[in-house]
Amino acid sequence: MNTARKILLVDDDIDFLAQMQTRLKALQYEVITAEGQKEAETILADTKPDLAILDLMMEQVDGGFALAYHLKQKYPDVPVILCTAVASETGIEFDAATAEERAWIKADVFLPKPVRFEQLVREMERLLKDKT
Amino acid sequence: MQILRTLVVDDELGMRLGIQKALSRFKMQLPEVEEEIGFVVEMAESAEEAIEKINAGRPDILLLDYKLPSMSGLDLLEQINVQESEMVTIMVTAYASLETAITAIKKGAFDFLAKPFEPDELRKSVKKAAQNLILARQVRRLEQEKHQVRFQFISVLGHELKSPLNAIEGYLNIIHERVAGSDLKAYDQMVDRSIVRIQGMKKMIADLLDLTRIESGQKKREIGACDLRALAQTAIETALPAANERGIVIELLADEPVVMSADASEIEIVLNNLISNAVKYNRDSGKVRITLKKDAELVKVSVSDTGIGMNAEESAVLFKEFVRIKNDKTRHISGSGLGLSIVKKIAALYNGDVTVTSQPDVGTTFNVHLHSAENRPSESA
Repeated sequence: MNTARKILLVDDDIDFLAQMQTRLKALQYEVITAEGQKEAETILADTKPDLAILDLMMEQVDGGFALAYHLKQKYPDVPVILCTAVASETGIEFDAATAEERAWIKADVFLPKPVRFEQLVREMERLLKDKT
Repeated sequence: MQILRTLVVDDELGMRLGIQKALSRFKMQLPEVEEEIGFVVEMAESAEEAIEKINAGRPDILLLDYKLPSMSGLDLLEQINVQESEMVTIMVTAYASLETAITAIKKGAFDFLAKPFEPDELRKSVKKAAQNLILARQVRRLEQEKHQVRFQFISVLGHELKSPLNAIEGYLNIIHERVAGSDLKAYDQMVDRSIVRIQGMKKMIADLLDLTRIESGQKKREIGACDLRALAQTAIETALPAANERGIVIELLADEPVVMSADASEIEIVLNNLISNAVKYNRDSGKVRITLKKDAELVKVSVSDTGIGMNAEESAVLFKEFVRIKNDKTRHISGSGLGLSIVKKIAALYNGDVTVTSQPDVGTTFNVHLHSAENRPSESA
């Protein structure tokens, strides 16, 4: 188990935010939440998380992309998980499969919403292990 | 120009050529279509050839001889199964009898033309058939569009109803699994949020029922003399707890009763929606001003707030179903996204409209214009 790994969690759905925070806290993660891109950028100005979980669809359609991009610029070694309801809502499929795509999209993992918590934790643990 | 493919099926070469000659330069106009309509004529000398051609690509109009060598025109009609909007058939025969005419029409022929006929008779019949075909196609297209709109509405609705359920389910699972350990306060917050989401969902369902009732016209409207000032006062009382909580002042400007002939429940929906919006989207310690005026037969309702406002782009989409303006300022405000589309539909019932003017961070004004409802038979039925 991780000793207080710092996770930045960004989503405009406050219920999703509260639920993920509760569940991650129970697994001994330290969770910082933000409800939008702006709030997240403010946090990132003086805080470096160990991992970030971002929602793709925030108030601007590509808020998650822009945030992931800025985050990777500032902290290239912080893994980013991008959660998205895009596939089920619009039929557009995103995948960070190839290195080329990853370089452009700036996310390490894409997870479709609704996010399965077990899967999210598995991906988090893998990314955090890779890092160290 | 719109070209209609016409297939002439006749074993007599003279008849085929005659029809082709009569139609090849024939042009017609229909009030329903902007373009001119012309005809291209193809020919088949046997039923077999005709069936082959029809199966390869449906013509728009079929001119079919009743008596063909190997089978009758009626048998041919039976073998091809076509929709009215796809192809119209005119049966041509020298053996005109009322009985064959009736049978032909029963089997799907649109019209009946007796040999010998003048080119003008032919063209008249073809024109009628073309008109019928084009109208049938327009009706079908409209039905498809209606179907499409309905489908979209249901799919958005499904999504809007699923999201509170997902949230509530998420909280219940956390509570069930005791994920927050012994932190009772955390569970209280989850229950509170679940209740908020349930209330939001109930409001959406109530709005949805209002909307369908108005749209279906099934609800019996009870038109009578309504005093809008009294109805506004009731609506203000409903909104007052939420307003007081945030120090928002609501004022009503109407010196005397404003009476119009209307269904009170519909006017209530309009006032409740506008006033509750003016409170919800206001700033703390803001103001809501409701003005009621009667100008001859026109009743003007205006609801202004000193709230967050909108830009022109946001105002433009405001009255559409399930549209909620999403930005930093509105994120914590709940709503069904149906209220204003209901207001618009009700205004239309009163031969009126609703318009909005808004300025970001200054405020928004909704103006509703209503005419007294007449007790028309369609409404009291």
